[in-house]
Amino acid sequence: MIGIEHYVVVSSILFVLGVLGIFLNRKNIIVILMAIELILLAVNLNLVAFSAFLGDLTGQIFAMFVLTVAAGEAAIGLAILVIYFRGRGTIAVDDVNRMKG
Amino acid sequence: MIQLLAFYLFAALVIASGAFTILARNPVHSVLWLILAFFNAAGLMVIVGAEFIAMLLVIVYVGAVAVLFLFVVMMLDIDFAELRAGFMKNFPLGIAIAAVLLAELVLGIGAYRAGALELGTPDGTAAPTLGESNIENIGALLYGKYLFLFETAGIILLVAMVGAIVLTHRERKDTRPQNIARQIARNPKEATVNTRPEVGEGIKL
Repeated sequence: MIGIEHYVVVSSILFVLGVLGIFLNRKNIIVILMAIELILLAVNLNLVAFSAFLGDLTGQIFAMFVLTVAAGEAAIGLAILVIYFRGRGTIAVDDVNRMKG
Repeated sequence: MIQLLAFYLFAALVIASGAFTILARNPVHSVLWLILAFFNAAGLMVIVGAEFIAMLLVIVYVGAVAVLFLFVVMMLDIDFAELRAGFMKNFPLGIAIAAVLLAELVLGIGAYRAGALELGTPDGTAAPTLGESNIENIGALLYGKYLFLFETAGIILLVAMVGAIVLTHRERKDTRPQNIARQIARNPKEATVNTRPEVGEGIKL
């Protein structure tokens, strides 16, 4: 039967894939944002699985808030990307030094 | 049995599409793989009985976030081949870090299975009521115990929306938008003039 471990394994593999995506596509900020979405998806999967198997709905409520923040983060991130591209004509992360940080 | 089959199907597909998301050469394909991953994750959540979050995942991620990604990828004229230059160079480091992370997570799962961790038991205040649907239970909790957090989530979305609009909005110099204040300030008396021109002379505007 399906247990909590199955879900934890799937979501940890998904989490690692997201982190790997950030490292592999270090120059392409669009794919980095997608990798972050994958990470948040893995976290959501974990929250929902634990919520269901422990019989406590708080995890699902929290997954909803994670979803909210992920949506806001994607919108803001892509907006910043668009204005950056407008000014520079490229989105290579290595060249981002406008703020001299 | 069918549950087991569905779980393995969805799990395999979510992992495969997650891998293709980060490995695809074309970012448009990445977005499409991401959409598949979201659908399969929603399927996994349905299996476990969380229908509301699953539907929310489909609506919010597939309907809004993925389309936003697709829109941006297609709108910007980017040389993706150049951005992929460091892919092979970063591969060993990425794999090493991913392996370390995965080992840590496996260790964590092992510790959990060994029963050494006291996870604590739910106090029952958020337990689902039997006989009610998942949506009813979540609604009762969301509009009751977590009302203020729910409102805060709404404010976060509002701020994100305003922020995105403010960031991407630009005043274009070469267009002639309507001047709303001037338009409202006009009245029929000023806007129209009665003249009685002489025949053959015309009028001066």
